[in-house]
This record gives sequence, C-alpha cells and structure tokens, in this order.
Amino acid sequence: MQAKWKAALIWLVLAVAGFYLINELIVVGVINAFIENMLVTIGINIILATGLNLIIGFSGQFSLGHAGFMAIGAYATAIITQQMSNTLGFYLSLGVGMVIAMLVAVVIGIPTLRLRGDYLAIATMGAAEIIRVVINNLKITNGAAGMYNIPALANWPTVYVFVCLTTLMIVNFARSRAGRAIQAIREDEIAAEAVGINPTKWKLAAFVMGAATAAIGGSLHAVYIQTIAPSDFGIMQSISLLIIVVLGGVGSITGTFVGRNRARGAGHGVAAIWRAADGDLRLSPDFDYGVQA
Amino acid sequence: MQTFFQQVINGLSLGSIYALLALGYTMVYGIIKLINFAHGDIYMIGAFWGYYVINQYHVDFGVALVSAMAVSAILGMVIEYLAYRPLRHSPRITALITAIGVSYFLENGMSFLFGANTWNFPQVIGQARYTFFGVTITNIQLLIVAVALVLMVGLQLIVQHTRMGTAMRAVAVDQEAAELVGIDPNHIISFTFGLGSALAGAAGVLIGLYYNSIDPLMGMVPGIKAFVAAVVGGIGSIPGAAIGGFLIGLLETFVQAIGLSAYKDAAVYIVLIIILIVLPAGLLGKNVKEKV
Repeated sequence: MQAKWKAALIWLVLAVAGFYLINELIVVGVINAFIENMLVTIGINIILATGLNLIIGFSGQFSLGHAGFMAIGAYATAIITQQMSNTLGFYLSLGVGMVIAMLVAVVIGIPTLRLRGDYLAIATMGAAEIIRVVINNLKITNGAAGMYNIPALANWPTVYVFVCLTTLMIVNFARSRAGRAIQAIREDEIAAEAVGINPTKWKLAAFVMGAATAAIGGSLHAVYIQTIAPSDFGIMQSISLLIIVVLGGVGSITGTFVGRNRARGAGHGVAAIWRAADGDLRLSPDFDYGVQA
Repeated sequence: MQTFFQQVINGLSLGSIYALLALGYTMVYGIIKLINFAHGDIYMIGAFWGYYVINQYHVDFGVALVSAMAVSAILGMVIEYLAYRPLRHSPRITALITAIGVSYFLENGMSFLFGANTWNFPQVIGQARYTFFGVTITNIQLLIVAVALVLMVGLQLIVQHTRMGTAMRAVAVDQEAAELVGIDPNHIISFTFGLGSALAGAAGVLIGLYYNSIDPLMGMVPGIKAFVAAVVGGIGSIPGAAIGGFLIGLLETFVQAIGLSAYKDAAVYIVLIIILIVLPAGLLGKNVKEKV
C-alpha cells in the first residue's frame, strides 16, 4: 500500500511540475504560439491514442473505428456549445458526448466483438463510417459543410489536465482486475474463458472505455480547432491513430506518448519548413492530420 | 418493373467492377492473410494507364485493356517484392500498415505527378443504346459485364486447372507443407499479386470507360467496398468474391434508386456487419473451428 501511494504521489508531483514547466516556458517565451498549438494537438492525440491502445494493445481487439467515437464527442460539443457557449456548456457537452459514445460502443460492440482480427477491423471501420454518413446527412450537424464558429473553450491547461486524467484512467483500468482480465483474453481467449473470465463482457468494457476517451478527445478537438466537418473523422483519421499506437508500441502507454510526439513533431517540422519556404509563417490551427501520414 | 430491371442492369455493371477488385483482395488475403489496401490504387493506376495509352498512342480499347492489365500486374508484383516480401515474417499489423503506406504513396505520388483534379477518360468506343422492353442497356455496360465474366472464368480456370493454380491453392492451405513438396512460396505469392493486380487494372480501364472520369483518389472508396465484397462472399473463395461484388453493386444501385443515395455507403457497411454476424465466414467461406 505504501509503495502505491508513493508512486501516485510521484506521478502527481511530476504532473504538476510539468504543468508549471510549460507555464513558465510560455511566460518566458520559449514556447511560442506555434509550439503551444503543437503541444495541444499532441495532447489531444495522446488522449485519442491511449484509448485506442487500450482496445488494440491491451485487449487485443483490432478496432479501426476510433474516429467514429471521436466524431460523436466533437459533434456533441459543437451542438451543445452553440446553445451554451460557456465552460459549463463545454463540460456538459463533454459528458453528453462520452455517454452517447459509450452507448453507441455498446450497440456496436455486442455484435462485432464476437469477430476476430481483420474481420473485426473491417466491421468497426464500417460502423465508424455509418456514424460518419449519419452525421453527414443530419440537419442538426449541418451536413457535409460541418460546424464552425465553435467557441474556443479549451486552452492548453484544459488539454493538459485531460491528458493526465485520461491517462490515469486508462493506466488504472489496465492495471486493475479488469485490465488483467482483458490481457488474459488477448493472450488466449479460450484459456481465459476456462478460468472464468467472460470474454465478451471484458472486451466490451475495454471497447466502451476506449470510446469514452475518444469522445473526450473529439470534444477537445472541436473546441480547440473550432471547426469540424464529417470528413475529418473518416477512415484516414482512424488509420492515423492506429499508426500512432503502432509507432509507439502496441500495449505500451509511454510508447503512445512518444509515438504521438514523434509523428506530430515530424509533421509540424515539415509543415514549418514548407511554410517558411512559402514565405508564410503564420500559425494555422486548421493544419491537421494529413502530414504525419 | 422496368425501373427494377433497369436498376438490375446498372447494378450488375457496377457489381462487375467490384467483383474484379474483390477477386484480387480475396486471392491475396487467402494466400498471405494481408488486407492489401494498395489494391484500390492499382485499379487507379490501371485507369490512368488506359488514359495514357489511348491519348498518347491512339490504341483501341482491347490494346488499352490488355496493356493496363500487364502494367498493373507488374506493378503489383513490384509492390509485393519491395514492400511486403521483407515483412513476410513480421507481425501482421506491420504488413497492414505498410499496405496503407503503399496506398498513400501511390495516391499522393499520382496526385503529385498529375494533379488532384479529375481527368476525362477518352471515349474510345462510341456509345450505343439498346432498348429491350423499355430497359435500356448501353454497349459499354454489356462490355463491362462481358469482360468481367470472361476474366472471372479465366481466373477460375487458372486457379483450378493449371499447375500454377494448384500451387497457389497449396500455398494458401499450408505454406510450409507446400515448400516441402517443392513449391517456392515467394514465386507463387508474386504470381498471385500479379493475377489480382491484372484484374484490378482491367477494372480501372472499364470504370474509366463507364464513368468517363478518373482521378488519383478514385481507388480509395471502391477499394474498401471491394474488400467488403470479398468479406461478404467469404474471403479466400473466388466464386464468393464474384458473388459478393455483384451483391454490393446491386445493393448500392438499389439504395440509390429508392432515393437514399446519401446513405449508400452506410447500407454497404450495414450489410457487411449483418453478414459477419450471421455468417462469420461470409457467404461461401469455410467456417474454421478453433481447436484448443
């Protein structure tokens, strides 16, 4: 017990220290608007990728539909903050997005998680595409044009806190009884079943948990980028997240952090050079996922 | 009733294209268990090759079709040799991501070389319409279905009745055992990629003729739908892929015909999920029981 609290305390100190470090660097001016934008995008992608890593890395279920849940979170936030454009509205929308994403994950997960490997990948990809097509055709989501002028309700501290919270949530989940159960299922489903683990239940738990974090990531994406469209949440977005998870190492949380930084860092680096060559160095918040792919 | 048959005709022509693509997916998946995401882009290259030879050398349709098949086959084999062969023994997710990478490379490479805009495919065959009992068929639709059927029958003959086909089936069942009886798996896998890619190239030229427009990203969505068709038909099964392709084509046209064209992609995925739940191995796939 003692060691556990000690570890928790160390992580808390590290998280707070990290916060102050970034804060100081912004005050001093080492981190300019461009780097800050990059850090926030990194943070959002860490949230998305750790959730996907829980599904792919820990429970071994190959999901290619993460962007669909991200879309649910993003659209919940965009729609609710239109009516309530304050912080309360944002947190309310975050909760609503998470709940909807979890419900959809249950509906999708119960039938599809019986499938394995590539079949599951294709089925989840199809499910995410169905979500996207529905969003593309609804009135409330403004169709294919997407939603813009979403109030800017998240800045880097919000994202930082959420990165810490979701990582904590995922790590705790992975190290709890549930986490051991899903890792047992990943290693050998039949053996796990033989020792009394219900594979469907735990696989679904991991899937729903991943969907909830994807919705958080989507909500933050919406209020940070301030413009969303259904085309942002296509197959390519799911694949980008998959690439982050694989690059960082499947089943490793620290890996997801590093992988994220590297992919995003390289992407921004290339973009910065490109813009410099173009004589255009302004900050572009709409610069997004395409490059690292 | 006339509208119904009209939609059947349209669905069959579109389905032929999906079926040709699905055959390539199913063969490659059957033999090395890889979702070859670059397959849709080989179809795009086939269409661009058709465009190029027709505009540049003023060849007729047959030459364009055969040369596109040859070029696509070579491209498929080169991709296999450079990108997938070094990863033969690495985790499957690595090969999958490499396939996505190859797909991006081909799409963006073509966008870089030719620009991202749409190109008008030259009309080498004058369009003619035939009307039977109020149902209109164009000669191009007939040609698409006929070419697709000929190629499918040809493929079936190659796979079932030649030494190469027998070796392909042997490698698909058990690669190590095939090696023991003197089959070189690399050779066979390369041949499989060649065959599949040739069919994709043919599909590319046919779709260019049918829709009159080609662009570097044209392979993405049909590629994924063709994979869905292969899964629906039972992956690894050649007749299954053909049936799946026609089914997806018909489904898409009918969803469009009843005024839900915005949801046609969603309909394809819904059918996919339903089929996977009811028949996890697809329509004609063999259900493999897991042994402990």
